[in-house]
Amino acid sequence: MTGPVLAARPDLESGSVLPDLRKPPITKMQLVKYAGASGDYNLIHTDDETARTVGLEGVIAHGMLSMAFLGEYLCWLAGPESVRRLSVRFVEMVRPGDTLTCRARVKEQTTGDAGRRLHLEVWAENQRAERVTVGEAEVDIT
Amino acid sequence: MDHPAPLSSELIGRESDVVLFEVERGAIRKFADAVQDQTAACVRGDVAPPTFPTTFRMTIPGVTFDLARVLHGAQEYRYERPLRAGDRVRCRVRVADVYRRQGRLGEMTFLILAMDGTDESGNPVFSGTTTAILR
Repeated sequence: MTGPVLAARPDLESGSVLPDLRKPPITKMQLVKYAGASGDYNLIHTDDETARTVGLEGVIAHGMLSMAFLGEYLCWLAGPESVRRLSVRFVEMVRPGDTLTCRARVKEQTTGDAGRRLHLEVWAENQRAERVTVGEAEVDIT
Repeated sequence: MDHPAPLSSELIGRESDVVLFEVERGAIRKFADAVQDQTAACVRGDVAPPTFPTTFRMTIPGVTFDLARVLHGAQEYRYERPLRAGDRVRCRVRVADVYRRQGRLGEMTFLILAMDGTDESGNPVFSGTTTAILR
């Protein structure tokens, strides 16, 4: 799943729905690893006691983890050299055990010096089809 | 838990120092592993995943808050090219805006941070915008 999926899709137009990327369920271990790898040591992501002191039921995932999933998704779609922009809002909390799926739809296509650029609506949704992280992205299709 | 003074609009324009970050292959691999990112170039540690600039952590004098009371509202990154192992990027973060707004949980402070990274020749590599919500 490393090739640019979009290179084989000259048929894309506004409204086209792109193939999705389903990630494995998020685990507490993953949150500990992401805390270490990213340098975000906010304990609401790794310590249930701290999470409860701020009114949460338990730890929640880093919003940036869901954005990282979308980053991987763009690399899968277009290749890592072709990602130009990713902008997201974190709208719902993500908890250990949640399974996120990355999805995208083509908003528009523009043509510039580097070739075609696709403007995408992107989002990550959980196993209940609730959009947890939503935004837009731009990738080049050379 | 201590409660630092609320952030005010006087902080707008305040900047961090310019900090040099070296993009290490091992750090890329560790990040890709944590995310379970299967992009081959990231798994090898050659190319950093798009959200890797989040690892470039800087502080701005006067901008302090209780970490447990912060929500990450939004994030944007724009890229000239991907970061690669061995890159040395000069980064800086600046307070772009501070404002208060009534929300579901009462009055909240919105802190907008603008970050940029340039290579050693001064060419832009990426930029980012962070929206943090303090309650």
